[in-house]
Formats: sequence, structure tokens, C-alpha cells
Amino acid sequence: MSNKVVQAMYNDDDILLDAVKETRSSNHHIEEVYTPFPVHGLEKAMGLKDTRIAITAFMYGCVGFMFSIWMMNYMMIEQWPQDIGGKPSFSFIQNMPAFVPIMFEMSVFFAAHLMVITFYMRSKLWPFKEAENPDPRTTDDMFVMEVLVDNNEAELVSFLEKTGTVEIKVTEK
Amino acid sequence: MYTFSSKLKTVAFALMIIGFLGVAYGFFTAPSSVEDVQLIMKDSHEAHGEVAETHVNETHDVTETSHEVDSHEADSHSGDEHAEHILHLLQNKPWSALYVALFFFFMISLGTLAFYAIQHAAQAGWSVVLFRVMEAITSYLPVGAILLFVFFVLSSLHLNHLFTWMDPEVVAHDELIANKSGYLNVPFFLIRAAIYMVGWIWYQRHSRKLTLAQDNATDLSNYTKLFKRSAAFLVFFLVTESMMSWDWIMSLDPHWFSTLFGWYVFASMIVSAITTIALVSIYLKGKGYLEFVNDSHLHDLAKFMFGFSVFWTYLWFSQFMLIWYADIPEEVTYFVTRFNDYRLPFLGMLVLNFVFPLLVLMNSDYKRVNWFIVATGIVILIGHYVDIFVMIMPATVGDQWFFGISEISSALLILGIFIYVVFTALSKAPLLAKGNPFIKESEHFHY
Repeated sequence: MSNKVVQAMYNDDDILLDAVKETRSSNHHIEEVYTPFPVHGLEKAMGLKDTRIAITAFMYGCVGFMFSIWMMNYMMIEQWPQDIGGKPSFSFIQNMPAFVPIMFEMSVFFAAHLMVITFYMRSKLWPFKEAENPDPRTTDDMFVMEVLVDNNEAELVSFLEKTGTVEIKVTEK
Repeated sequence: MYTFSSKLKTVAFALMIIGFLGVAYGFFTAPSSVEDVQLIMKDSHEAHGEVAETHVNETHDVTETSHEVDSHEADSHSGDEHAEHILHLLQNKPWSALYVALFFFFMISLGTLAFYAIQHAAQAGWSVVLFRVMEAITSYLPVGAILLFVFFVLSSLHLNHLFTWMDPEVVAHDELIANKSGYLNVPFFLIRAAIYMVGWIWYQRHSRKLTLAQDNATDLSNYTKLFKRSAAFLVFFLVTESMMSWDWIMSLDPHWFSTLFGWYVFASMIVSAITTIALVSIYLKGKGYLEFVNDSHLHDLAKFMFGFSVFWTYLWFSQFMLIWYADIPEEVTYFVTRFNDYRLPFLGMLVLNFVFPLLVLMNSDYKRVNWFIVATGIVILIGHYVDIFVMIMPATVGDQWFFGISEISSALLILGIFIYVVFTALSKAPLLAKGNPFIKESEHFHY
């Protein structure tokens, strides 16, 4: 399988969106689209699957919730019980109302931070990472659609030229 | 135009009749003398033996301070005054059951009115297609207000003893209530109730008139007028809602007070209101009306149901934790009574109002599935009914509560009236507020 792609450039998000729809309906495989800002409805037009990050957020929240229960039990009940406001300090359940804010905060903390880390890992972003975008102009005012070549270079280029592109480039990936 | 189907009308009337019979039964079977109560107590003592006896003593130690005195005296006087105390509680029972139902449905329409006013004041675009549904639900407000006011007048005539501070005999022996009598006295109470109600009903009728006029208007003068009136109403509502919750609910426990009680009642109010809007909309959609209401509108309502359920829990817990932590006797009695005598409804409503909506409505896709919204909505409404029940009953019937004929039929009676009034109002005007400038945005609302 070749790694040859055609990069078609656009200077307007509406034209890009139409081009993406056209390209997909004529059965070309879109590798990736680079945009300077999030384009509303693009993920639907590209046919991307729904994100599953909400599920991970829920699971991370549960982890944080469990962790806070273990942590408060260890700190306040087992390791160093203290008499605060005359509350019996040797029972988790009887002190539980005081721990609820901590449980809540820990759930939010875990869900938020782990979700961000997951998002970075999934998007292959880490410190000192080389930029992947094919053209620095995609961080300014240009949109690039990358279409995979499948032994049909000439046909694909002529097809994309009709989609309102301003520039076309064929490269090896 | 919606036509009130005869089937639903029959259901509404059936509910009213069944409810009325049940309520009447509740009033007739309430004991009328100390002898009746002693007979009941004797029966239950024979049936339950030791258990019942210890139960009665145990629970009475932890009720309010004034009750505590009563029960100690009752022990030494070998039961006569104790029986009289139980008699008052049992006589309050059908009244309290009716009061819970009256307040609950009134609260739904008041909460809807507040939500409706917020939509106008915020010039919201998405919700315009739901305006006629909201207006119909608020049309119960005048009816509910009159019923409640009659109830308060009957209370002030000492036909029932829900509000102990209305009894001059009690005030004379109670320094705490005597100190509050500048605020808690019958004439001022009724005047306040009348002021709140007149203000709310005025906005309700006025806003309805303005949106109907806007339907056929050529300019936006009605719309801008409504925008200003709604903002003014919200200021009025925020103050009066808080005071209403002190007057109508918190004063049932005249010794106890909580500074966020108004917000707590408001949270219950708004979540029940939005749930009712969603349920009525889904019902009408199922009947083929409201074709302009799409998934996204219901999705937004479900988001509000989810969000306000969490908000309710937040306020419930804030109130509970501060009192639990400080552990001051006069504050903590409120929760001790609930934990001892009302454990199942008190803790059960946390499951219904928090855990269930949290888990079911968390997923974004489920918020678009109609039967999920309906199922959660019914659970939320039941949960908040129990919430109001647990706010009112411990102060008025103590440990003599029971979820029986009085309670259920009171709810059915008022539900019947509510359905009748709401759907009659729906059939009076077109279901689309077509004059609103945001109507196009709302029809194409897409999330």
C-alpha cells in the first residue's frame, strides 16, 4: 500500500466542509484535515466516530472517588484519628458527611487531569513533539484536506481541483 | 390548536373524584377524642407488645424540645396527655397530606413561571417553541394560590394545628415563638401570603396576555414590554420565594431555622417544574402535536433536569452538613427527627432525586431517548414529592406519619385539578408562539 497523499488547500471553512462531503461521497479516503480552528460539523462530515473520552472521564471520576474514600479512611480513621468537633473518629461511616466535599473534589480532580492526559496521549501530543501539520499556514488561515492516493493520482487530482481548492500538492508520507 | 381529549378529561375527573373521596375518608376517620386515641394505642400495644412501647418512648425523646417536655410529662401522668398529643398529631394528618399535595403542585407551576420569566429576561432563543407548554403549566398558579390561601385561612381559624405559632396558648408558654411574634402572627402571615400570590398571579396573567398579543402584532412592543416585566418579576420572585419558604414551610418548625432554606425549596421547585415541562411536551408530541419540538429541545430540558438534580443535592447536603458538623441542639433536632422517624423517605429521596437521575441522565445519548426522560421524570417528581413530605410532615404529625389513603388521595385530587387546568389552558391558544422574534432560531435549534 502506498503512502502517497494529495494535500488540497482551502481558504474558507464552508468550502472545505463542502469539499469534505463531496470527497467522501465519491468514495475517496480522507486521511486527515488540518484546520486553524475547530470547524463546526466537520467531524460529522468526515464520518469520524464519536469520542469515547466521556466514558474515560466517568471511569477516572470513579477512580478518584474510590481513592478519596481510601485516602480519608487511611488519614483520618486509621493512621491519625483526631477528635474534631466531638465526632467519633474511629468510624468511617459516622464521619462520612465531613468527607463528602473531599470525595467530590477528588472525583473532579481525577476526571479532569486524567482526561487531559488521555486526550494528549490519544492525540500523540507530548513535550518537544515535532508539529505534524503539512503546512505552517494551517495554523494561520488555511485549511488542508489530506486524501489517500490509491493508484488513482491523476483522477484524484483532477477531482479535487473541482472542489474549490486553491493549491494542490502530492507528497509521500 | 390542541383539543383537550375527552379521554384525558375523564382521567382528570376520575382522579379528582377518587382523590376527593379518599381525602374525605381521611378526614372522617381521623380520631375526634382522646378516648379514640387511647383505643387505637391499646390496640397497637396489644398487637406489637413491648416493641411498640419502647418505640414510642424512644422516638419521643428526640423530637423537638417542647415535645420532649410533653412526652416526659406524659410518662409521669400515665398516658393521658400523651394520648392527647397523639390525638393532635393524628388530627393533623389529613390536613398535612392535603397541604403537601397543594404545595407540591403549586410549586411546580410557580417554578415553571420562574423558568419562563428567565427565558424572557435572558431573551433565550432555543426555548420559544416550549412557551405555550410553560404558559399552560403556569395557568394552574391562580387556582393553586386560591386553594392554598383558603387552606391558610382555615389554619388561622384553628381548624387544624399545622402552624403551632398560630395558637395563642402555645405562644404564651413559648418564649422563642413569643419573640418572633412580630413576624409570625396570623394577620401579617395572611397579608404576606396575599402579597406574594397577587404579585405572582399578576405576572402570570400579564405575560400570557402579552405573548398572545405578540402573536398577531406587527412590531415588537409587546415583546420588549414582556422582557422588562420578566426581569422585574424575577427580582420580586427571588425575594418572595425565599420568604414564602420561611412562612409556609419553615414556620411549621418555629424553633428551627436554616439560612439557605429558600434556595433549597427553590431547587426542588425548579427541578420539578422543568421535569413537568418535559413530561407535558413529550405527552403532546406523542399525541402528534408540537411537531416543531425536536430532540435538541428535549435534550436541553433533560440537561436542566440533570443539572438541577445535582444542584438540589448540593443544597440539601450543604444544609445538612453544616448542621451535622456544628451539632447545636436546637438546630440538630430537625435532622434527628428525620433520621429517627423518617429514615426511609428521608434517605430514600436521595436515591430518587440524586443517584437515579445522576446515573441515568449522565450519558448524553440517553437525554434524547423519550422513555428515558419520562421514566427519570416520574422518579424525580415522586422524589420531590417525598422531599416536600419530609419537609412538612415531621413538624405536623411527628412519628404518626403513614403513606396511606389520605396521602395518596390528596395527591390524586390535586393532580386531577392540575391536569384539568393545564390542558384546558393548552387548548385555549395555538401551541406555537409565532410572534416571538426568536421563533425561527428555536424551530431550527440544533445541538
